[in-house]
Amino acid sequence: MRIHFKTDYQQDIRLFEDRRETIQYLLLIIAAFAAPFFLSEYFLGEVTYILIWVLAGLGLMVLAGHTGQASLGHGAFLACGAYMQVILLEAGLPFLAAFPLAGLFAGVVGAIVAIPALKMSGIYLAIATLAFGIMTEDVIILLEHWTGGVEGVFTPGISILGFEIDRWATPDRFYWLCLIVVIAVTLVYKNILRSPTGRAFTAIRDSEVSARAMGVNVAGYKTLAFGVSCFFTGLAGALLAHFLQVFNYEAFLILISIQLLLMVVVGGLGSIHGAYYGAIVIGLLPVLITMARDFISDVTGAGNFTIPGLETGIFALILVGFIIIEPLGIYGRWTKIRIWLELFPMARKDMFRRQKSYLKTERMK
Amino acid sequence: MDYLQLLVGGVANGCIYGLVALGFVLIYKATEAVNFAQGDMMMVGAFVTLAFVNEDWWGMNFMLGVILAIIVMGVLSYLLEVIVIRRLFGQPQFAVVILTIALGFVLRFIAGMIWGHDPQSLETPFAGKSFDIGGLILGYDEAVVILSTCVLTLVLYFFFQRTRLGVAMQAASQNQLAAYYMGIPVKWISSMIWAVAGVTATVAGILFAAKGAIDPSSGLLGIKAFAAAVIGGFGSLPGALAGGLIIGIVEPLAQFFAPPGYSQILPYAIMLFVLVVRPNGLFAQIQQKKV
Repeated sequence: MRIHFKTDYQQDIRLFEDRRETIQYLLLIIAAFAAPFFLSEYFLGEVTYILIWVLAGLGLMVLAGHTGQASLGHGAFLACGAYMQVILLEAGLPFLAAFPLAGLFAGVVGAIVAIPALKMSGIYLAIATLAFGIMTEDVIILLEHWTGGVEGVFTPGISILGFEIDRWATPDRFYWLCLIVVIAVTLVYKNILRSPTGRAFTAIRDSEVSARAMGVNVAGYKTLAFGVSCFFTGLAGALLAHFLQVFNYEAFLILISIQLLLMVVVGGLGSIHGAYYGAIVIGLLPVLITMARDFISDVTGAGNFTIPGLETGIFALILVGFIIIEPLGIYGRWTKIRIWLELFPMARKDMFRRQKSYLKTERMK
Repeated sequence: MDYLQLLVGGVANGCIYGLVALGFVLIYKATEAVNFAQGDMMMVGAFVTLAFVNEDWWGMNFMLGVILAIIVMGVLSYLLEVIVIRRLFGQPQFAVVILTIALGFVLRFIAGMIWGHDPQSLETPFAGKSFDIGGLILGYDEAVVILSTCVLTLVLYFFFQRTRLGVAMQAASQNQLAAYYMGIPVKWISSMIWAVAGVTATVAGILFAAKGAIDPSSGLLGIKAFAAAVIGGFGSLPGALAGGLIIGIVEPLAQFFAPPGYSQILPYAIMLFVLVVRPNGLFAQIQQKKV
């Protein structure tokens, strides 16, 4: 077990806990940057897709995990980012300008949505965002002039300072682009968390009433949380537009929003790691299922068979398992295992026991 | 007369939305959990009935099949509460939301495995027949939908007002802890509430499948019913039915008058409007959350 002897207040809010952790993360980043050299093109595409999901997950994590505001309609902001990116690039803006603007647009839309949402709490917020998510599809079709309606749009190529980046022609460059964006956003996220803003978010999550009593401007910070969250998700949408190249409203069905939320929950609400783990599960599950299917049809000689909806079914089952057995998700389980290992003979059985509580009613009558 | 015709169709659709919404509200009132899988329970109920009744399955007598399906679904929903939902007792509300969303996906997956993904229709004795009241053509199916909803509403009303179990459910919905002190078996009551919600969902499903066709993704209708429940105020049973009727009536009228594309949005737009203007619904029973 590592014991940190703290001699300075700054130590509490350092990015990394100690030198060992710093080195671990540096190695991870180096490995991630080197990935195109040892991964096949197919897997590189998969990893890029996972990175985009990570980015969207980070966005939702700000809101659901750290501010405690559930959103069942985050796919809408993904769509905002994606379509805005295409529109701006079509208008002739360079990628470096269009990309942040697309994110910003999603962020502003998110902040505007937050204003009526401030009045609601808990379940009503979830419902309102759900409605927003469902309407996305129809609104995209209605705004045919900008979004291409049912036919969809074609994403122009990326060119940064003379470097041509294309998902198919130069998959490694596109991967590095996504990786840099994800790392930058993670750093921004981490920095928000250790600033007063982040502490205000967490205070609102834990108890709105006590946050208000501590002098936190609840309405303001909730709007900010929506804005930041949608900004991240909008960036993910912009990258998704480049990943898909051609897309229409079907890329942003309500199922995407729900999958995004489920992903964050499986990964572990309230931790940055959770967004990564959840995205990895979502990204690798189809690959694993395909492998398992090939294996089974090889062994049994049943030939090629497909079960429609298998992916979502299995994913939902995993989620049910997590909610019941480990509500803190993969990250929570990993933390428990790590602490158990660190304490090895000293760990107690009831250390992580969940407190039983009575239902606290939201009704006053 | 055209409008009246639209209106009747809308009322019939609205009844189905209302019944599904009723299931939401029942569970929400009693356990404060929101069951996002209600629409999928409706879908499964319809498929179970279809399995009992249709010729290419077991081909039973229609009424017998319906009663059997209702019993089966009641037991299934009861077991669902006992095995899965009860483990989240006392957990944040949000956990149940996510759990039921996931359960909805699981149900859809299972239904797709058993019954396939093609739309199927329930064979009913009253399919395709209609009668004429002074120029207004009323399908038997629409009449049956409206009538059964009225009957079910009355039954539920008497169940909650007059029976021991119903009153116990009301008590548990108002204050679980106090109800527990009064000797009401709160856990059992919440299982029973799920069973009742399962039964209403099945009835809605049967009516839905009798009027049109059903496939595993029909459960998404639950989201529209959700809008109905919200419009009515989440804690009010008559409100849920009224919300269902509002949405049912608005939809065909919007299709008729509004430019294409807008009618799909309208139910949700109304719901958002209601949420913004009166966050607790038109028939509010819930006040703002306090400490």
